[in-house]
Amino acid sequence: MDWSALSVSLRLAAFTCLILLPLSIWLGRSLAYARFRGKGLCEALVALPLVLPPTVLGFYLLLSFGRDAPVGAFWAQMTGGGLNFTFSGILIASLIANLPFAVQPIQRAFEHIPHNLREAAWCSGLSPWQTLLRVELPLVWPGIMSAAALTFAHTLGEFGVILMVGGSIDGETRTLAIAIYDRVQAFDEQGAAQMSALLLLVSFITLGLVYGLAGRRRWARG
Amino acid sequence: MGWLDAGGGRVADSSMAELASGPGAGLSVAVNQTGPIPLAAEFTCQPGELLALVGPSGSGKTTLLRTIAGLYRPQQGRISCAGDIWFDAEGKRSLAPQHRRVGVVFQDYALFPHLTALENIQVPLRHLPQPQRREQAEQWLAKVRLEGLGKRYPNALSGGQRQRVALARALAREPKVLLLDEPFSAVDQVTRRRLQRELALLRQQIDIPIVLVTHDLEEATALADKICVLHNGVSLQQDTPEILFSRPCSPLVARLLDRHNLFAGVVVEVDGQRRLQWGESSLEVADGLVDLPLGKKVTWYLPPSDIVLHRRGRPSQGERENPITATVSELVALGGITSVSLRVNHGDMLRFDIATHAARRNQLTSGAVVNVSLLATGIHLMLGHQVRADAHDKRK
Repeated sequence: MDWSALSVSLRLAAFTCLILLPLSIWLGRSLAYARFRGKGLCEALVALPLVLPPTVLGFYLLLSFGRDAPVGAFWAQMTGGGLNFTFSGILIASLIANLPFAVQPIQRAFEHIPHNLREAAWCSGLSPWQTLLRVELPLVWPGIMSAAALTFAHTLGEFGVILMVGGSIDGETRTLAIAIYDRVQAFDEQGAAQMSALLLLVSFITLGLVYGLAGRRRWARG
Repeated sequence: MGWLDAGGGRVADSSMAELASGPGAGLSVAVNQTGPIPLAAEFTCQPGELLALVGPSGSGKTTLLRTIAGLYRPQQGRISCAGDIWFDAEGKRSLAPQHRRVGVVFQDYALFPHLTALENIQVPLRHLPQPQRREQAEQWLAKVRLEGLGKRYPNALSGGQRQRVALARALAREPKVLLLDEPFSAVDQVTRRRLQRELALLRQQIDIPIVLVTHDLEEATALADKICVLHNGVSLQQDTPEILFSRPCSPLVARLLDRHNLFAGVVVEVDGQRRLQWGESSLEVADGLVDLPLGKKVTWYLPPSDIVLHRRGRPSQGERENPITATVSELVALGGITSVSLRVNHGDMLRFDIATHAARRNQLTSGAVVNVSLLATGIHLMLGHQVRADAHDKRK
């Protein structure tokens, strides 16, 4: 059992969720409410990681993370370190790869709020912020929960992008999914089986918890 | 004639007050824009008064309601309520909905589905400390007769109950104007009657302007003190239901109010008296004919209640007034009321309603020849735009 790979996987999944969810609430809400030119283009960009082969996405990220590419150069200037083959690198890659999984459920949830509920809140004296906290967020909560579940589970299982950008450095970029692949390559079937079972269990518990929490709403229909 | 004097006095008072302090105590709306939704509407609503905005769908009723609430901002105009200016395009002033103190009952009620009935009513009471907030919400719940249902979520309430929660939530805001957007359209007939009755009762307890949007003329007539008729965003006429139905200011208003008996006539002189030539008849008209030049073509309207059917063989009341001979062309019995269409010699159709038993007693059958009188006081001359301009002047 590769405990450091489990730790990298869990850390990666947790950080991805923590950073991506607030961002996705803002982005999903904007995409749901706003009407602007190029909205379709924005939505296409967000959805792109969904259809792109992970190796292709990983390849482009690898290129742009290089020290002579703008993103990599900027990062080096800010932090002094590189992005390729580091935890920060796979975290950023994971944020991008998970964008559609986090944004889309939240955007759909915002789209399903009848627009006059917000107006009713304003006419009841709630400020836009209070409306967001008291009315909108409780109503999109199931969407946020499923975004969290999808992001967390997808990050645990992400393979191609991580391998391209991060390689397989112990304790830094080797996630559980990559460790399993390594074990199989080394003919260690028992190790691979143990870790696969663990990944299955963690994914199942995460999804179960999240859907359980989202389902506990007395006011929901049905 | 005492009531007339009293009424006149009140009108004078309110216009004096408007002169003195600018906007009056009630709600006053004047908005104008060419697009994207064309609007040219002007109306007022005094405290305690219920104004119904009526018009076909797409006539801008709901947009006007949203404009009052601050949810829609027109290009031009001015809205004031209870002495405060809520919107003034020229002064670049537009209060946010949060600062307008409006109570709105939305068409589908827009209750917060994740909050119980009681919590919904507490939302506009957030400025109060919790125990008081709860107490007030309970009181509002009792006022709309929903005691004991406070813990229910909206999806566990019937349509009528939801409407009451929405009304309680709107009133808990202690609004300066109450806006109702087709509040009875989503419930069944029986519930609608009951809710309408309750609204009529509730009105006696609140002294703020109430604006009701509806496409149901019967509802508007039953509930409203005044009706404002809208068409394509333009306010055509604002008056009491009685005046509106007996004296619509234009053929368009008459048509929108589902009025028939619109005809064209010519001003003539018979034996030194002004008369209205209509086909072969020259009609006596009580009001307005004297001021018109001879030969002028006018559109005129007659309320169906001012058509009197002569009884066979016996003289009827007002028999000598504008007697007309006509042929029954259609009889439609709808329950206790029969709608009668008469064809006059020159082809125009007169329509009126009588009780079905009266139709039977008078042996009205299709093709029968009958005599009717058109009451001179009922004949209303429409001078097109001129009348409309007058109406505007009076309001100013």
